[in-house]
Amino acid sequence: MSAKKKIGPLDIYALLPKTNCGKCEPGVCMAFAARLAEHTISLEECPPLWEKGQEANLKKLQEMLKPPVKEVKIGEVKVGGQLVVRRHEYRYFNPVPLAVTLDDTLPEVDLLKRIKKVEEYGYSYIGKTLKLDMLAPRYVSGDPSKFEATVKKASLSKLPLVLWCTDPGVMEKAVALVKERRPLLYAATRENWKEMAELALKYGCPLALYSPHDLKGLKSLAKTMLAYGVQDLLLDPGVGFGEELRETINCFTVLRNTAIRGGDEEVGFPLVASTARVWEDGGRKPEELAWEETALATLLMVRYADLIILRSEEVWSWLPLIILRENIYTDPRKPVSVEAGMRAIGQVNENSPVMVTSNFALTYFTVASDIENSKVPSYLIVVDTGGLSVESSIAGRKMTAQTIADAIKASGVKDKVKHRKVILPGMAARYKGELEELLGFEWEVLVGPRDSSGIPKFLADHWK
Amino acid sequence: MDEIMNLLRELGELELEKVDLSVEELRLLFRPLMSFLPPQVPKAVAPVPAKPSSLLEAEFSPFVQEYPGTIAEVTLGATRADGGTRGRVVKIGGETAPPWHFLEGKFPNPPAIAGDVFDMPVPLPGPVRAVLGDAIEDPIKWAKLAVEKFGADLIDIELVSSDPYSKNTPIEESCKLVENLLQAVEVPLIVGGSGNPEKDAKLLPKIAEVCEGERVLLSSANLDMWEPVAKAAKQYGHVVLAWTSIDMAQAKELNRRLYEYIPKEQIVIDPTSAPLGYGVEYAFSIMERIRLAGLMGDAELQCPMGSATANAWGAREAWLHNPEMGAREYRGPMWETAMALTMLMAGNDLYITLHPAAIRTMKDVIRWLMGEGGEPTFFPWIGVK
Ligand code: B12
Ligand code: SF4
Repeated sequence: MSAKKKIGPLDIYALLPKTNCGKCEPGVCMAFAARLAEHTISLEECPPLWEKGQEANLKKLQEMLKPPVKEVKIGEVKVGGQLVVRRHEYRYFNPVPLAVTLDDTLPEVDLLKRIKKVEEYGYSYIGKTLKLDMLAPRYVSGDPSKFEATVKKASLSKLPLVLWCTDPGVMEKAVALVKERRPLLYAATRENWKEMAELALKYGCPLALYSPHDLKGLKSLAKTMLAYGVQDLLLDPGVGFGEELRETINCFTVLRNTAIRGGDEEVGFPLVASTARVWEDGGRKPEELAWEETALATLLMVRYADLIILRSEEVWSWLPLIILRENIYTDPRKPVSVEAGMRAIGQVNENSPVMVTSNFALTYFTVASDIENSKVPSYLIVVDTGGLSVESSIAGRKMTAQTIADAIKASGVKDKVKHRKVILPGMAARYKGELEELLGFEWEVLVGPRDSSGIPKFLADHWK
Repeated sequence: MDEIMNLLRELGELELEKVDLSVEELRLLFRPLMSFLPPQVPKAVAPVPAKPSSLLEAEFSPFVQEYPGTIAEVTLGATRADGGTRGRVVKIGGETAPPWHFLEGKFPNPPAIAGDVFDMPVPLPGPVRAVLGDAIEDPIKWAKLAVEKFGADLIDIELVSSDPYSKNTPIEESCKLVENLLQAVEVPLIVGGSGNPEKDAKLLPKIAEVCEGERVLLSSANLDMWEPVAKAAKQYGHVVLAWTSIDMAQAKELNRRLYEYIPKEQIVIDPTSAPLGYGVEYAFSIMERIRLAGLMGDAELQCPMGSATANAWGAREAWLHNPEMGAREYRGPMWETAMALTMLMAGNDLYITLHPAAIRTMKDVIRWLMGEGGEPTFFPWIGVK
């Protein structure tokens, strides 16, 4: 296998409009080409390239710059599309979707409850609701009609589907029911590959390939599928906890490095981590298996999985995973921030407390929700700290008595409240004196608790 | 470009091996050909490729890179033979490839797990209090529990009561506690200071003196207070935890200063561990970067790394009582475990942990990654009330 030729800025430059029109952020075509070569800017940001007459060049550029790990759609959800092995090299794309299995042996009531639980699960974190993403009906009963019934029930939900079944005959009946949903066919193996390939072609669905701990076999399957005309592939190299863990980690590591840094296009597909498989090691307590599964899913979430299929239904096991995903998939170049300025939280009036915080998204939403919990409508003045937390921005001198004073003056809060009291985060205690001085001793500065979870109690004790 | 490719293929001009073509070559091929085509030629239908009738066997050659650098091997603790009194020593580091890239190098030493012990009762989350019981009141008892029952490889004694803003425990008293601990457990020690730079500048050298020969890990040196710790480590043969805040330039800077006194075999880098949900991604990426830089040959970053994984409990998701978030008896220890596992994939070598389920899970996972097999041992500890 020949390695993909490294695309240099000059190769890219040749296909750009070369007018140095200045409509993009770098402003000149050569600099734009350099940024494209390092994938730190996208083609969308050069408007002239999208005008009439540029179609051929645009297509060539798109082909040249396509990610070494293909982006594949399951339903409307994109998976994969990775450009780099490590997030600090650029960033990860398409936060790994979490699918939850639905065994076709589940009694109908339990099945419906499980679907509802997955659908409704959500956790509010920095202004977003983090959720689970897919349902994975799984054929285990040996009774095709049960699988069909389970798929039908699952299709009542809007969530994209993963059809877990290795019997092509059974799979065909199921996929026919939901083909317009573009479900993932999971999975083709050394035994059933031809029939599965036919199904993927006939119904236009993405197909996962499964060859546990056998990279040569996995690549052979992929090569065969590509020759067969099936393009939208995912690779499942198998998972194991216990003694098999070493080989699992090895497979994910080698596959991703070989695809991106080795340029091997035949393994350049999103990786599936089907941690639900740890449950096959039966005879143990469900909480033990959920614990194992969560540990394994954690490891693989930071070790290149692009889709994770879970079996655990425990909320405690979902929470660390959806938060870790949110963290790891942020753009390492941009702190997640909110706009600076003043917010009113709740039905404020002229007696409402006034508080100060930073514009780091995690800080803002944490503090805002703690204020909501206090049931005391308040004004919150959000200081521009360049998206840093209160504690970091104080250490880094982004939040100072001066920046706080400026923010208070700019907010116009003076005209909104009758009192003259402002509450600082506990971490900013050291600014009390200087801030009072900068505000011309017109305001009394109160020092709040160090952790904003103490705000409800603080207000109860200190606000009139 | 797909249609163009199909057209070309029909015309027999080109093999579909696009990966071997440079842009130059593509341009040569396309431009003249395109101009031959009258503008309204109906779109050619892609020929159906002949479907393979049997599996096409492929060769798989894994991408493998060699790294010029090696991470230093650091030994914590010393047995009688080496001038100490420890029953066993802990070796970390020595890697020659990025974390768990088994095909690219060696991982001679398993990462080690330390149990966190405080010298006075501190506020601890419910699930941790539940497993510690009255050991919280007694650091000796706590340390024994962590070694004998939880399976910790080392003990980290945090002398927080010595902080002048806390109890301001006199230095002699803190030293006495450390000496008693050396008697009580046979594992190597990490000794954490008060957190107050002025006090630590006096406390840590004194600890180094009374522990002479034991090769303890002095926690910590930072850019505001490093010289007394480095000097003491040199004089009495200890190891230094070099702590900076999520900044590679600072980590280099601190090591540069420490190297004037001690070699990299006496340093563990702590680039700060942010909790899951509270900046873990910063900790993860800084560790990945430090490890890669070391392997690529940056001598200032070729030390093993340590992480205060117990920080995970700082995230409210770990300890809040809230049924919507699931039972905290599981959620809390899993929070700590998940954070530690994340660091494990970033290259971290030494973990300071609180909950036995986290300690046991880490030890199991590490054993399996080292290829040593064995049954899981964490079950008795998950969800314990
Ligand atoms: C992630 C992180 C970073 C990230 C920044 C991420 C970001 N967007 O903020 C990076 C790597 C960039 C960073 C940089 C620095 N950091 Co930093 N960082 C952290 C870390 C690990 C987590 C911070 C975090 O997200 N906290 C969560 C948020 C929600 O906390 P918060 O904003 O403070 O809000 C809480 C309270 O302040 C309070 N609160 C907030 N608003 C309000 C309002 C009211 C009214 C009230 C009552 C309460 C309240 O409640 C909130 C919830 O608890 C902490 C260590 C830790 N604590 O775990 C160190 C930490 C904050 N950083 C520290 C330092 C020193 C720095 C640097 C100066 C170091 C450097 N490398 O140069 C720089 C400064 C940045 C700059 N250049 O200006 C130190 C600060 C030490 C100190 N107390 O003086 C810490 C504590 C690490 C340490 N132990 O050394 N950091
Ligand atoms: S917008 Fe496009 S054409 Fe204009 S300078 Fe940038 S790269 Fe060149």
